[in-house]
Amino acid sequence: MSAEAATAMVTEADRAWFADRVDAMLSELYGTAVRLCGDRTDAEDLVADTVAKAWQALPSLHDRASFRGWVFRILNNAFISQCRSARFRKRHEPIEAGDEEFSLFERLHQPILLWWGNPELDFLNRLLREDLARAIDALPEVFRAVVVMVDVEGLSYRDVAEVLRIPTGTVRSRLARGRSLLQKTLWDHAVDRGLRSGPPLSDEPPEEHDQA
Amino acid sequence: MTKPEIRSCEEALRLLASHLDGELGRGAHEAVERHLSMCRSCYSRWQFERRLKENVARLRQESVPHAVSDRVQQLIRRFTVAGE
Repeated sequence: MSAEAATAMVTEADRAWFADRVDAMLSELYGTAVRLCGDRTDAEDLVADTVAKAWQALPSLHDRASFRGWVFRILNNAFISQCRSARFRKRHEPIEAGDEEFSLFERLHQPILLWWGNPELDFLNRLLREDLARAIDALPEVFRAVVVMVDVEGLSYRDVAEVLRIPTGTVRSRLARGRSLLQKTLWDHAVDRGLRSGPPLSDEPPEEHDQA
Repeated sequence: MTKPEIRSCEEALRLLASHLDGELGRGAHEAVERHLSMCRSCYSRWQFERRLKENVARLRQESVPHAVSDRVQQLIRRFTVAGE
């Protein structure tokens, strides 16, 4: 049966139900699309594409209680298709290998303040939502997709591997690299805005001193 | 059966991301928990990474521009249903 024939069996009540469910999750759908695409115009197209695909496939959804997760799976698959299009491939950044891991915590952590202050958490409290959003949107696509699927969507490594058709080990390594790049971007941004808390820090990570 | 143990902070830190992502088996997960309950330094690191992960998760919600909600509503109105 064609998609058109299948959706022709869907009733007006189904359409009202569908519209209601989509409306209830639109903020999350759009938010996830913006993070995946790193761009609002592409995200808008991705949401529209996802809604159209979900409607076409609605007759195949037997358990409507699982609608939410089902739509997010469609969103992820639509994103992958979008990435494979010529427009996206042109912007696809090569993976830079060999860059060192960056840890915000190691930059901010001061063992001597362990009992009296917490510059790491103070730092996170000072970060604006926009700072974090901008840093994620700026990640190279291959890393951003994995970070968003794990940290924003809450998918398991196995689910991400399935969506992206890559081995679980690759999910793990891209996630580590993506998080490292994210933290480096946040650090650079904090340096620019003078957001660092506590005593001035050098550009090098603080040395761990033996307190004994 | 002996419980898996974390022998060093390096080992705990290697497992930290998987622990936060819920990707460790029960034995390893509990071993990390035991280490965190005894090591303030690793616990601080865990606390920081967890907070950052929670902040990233909040980005899932985004205010939807009218243009986007209008486009989606129009799209749904155009969908065909039985009898049309």
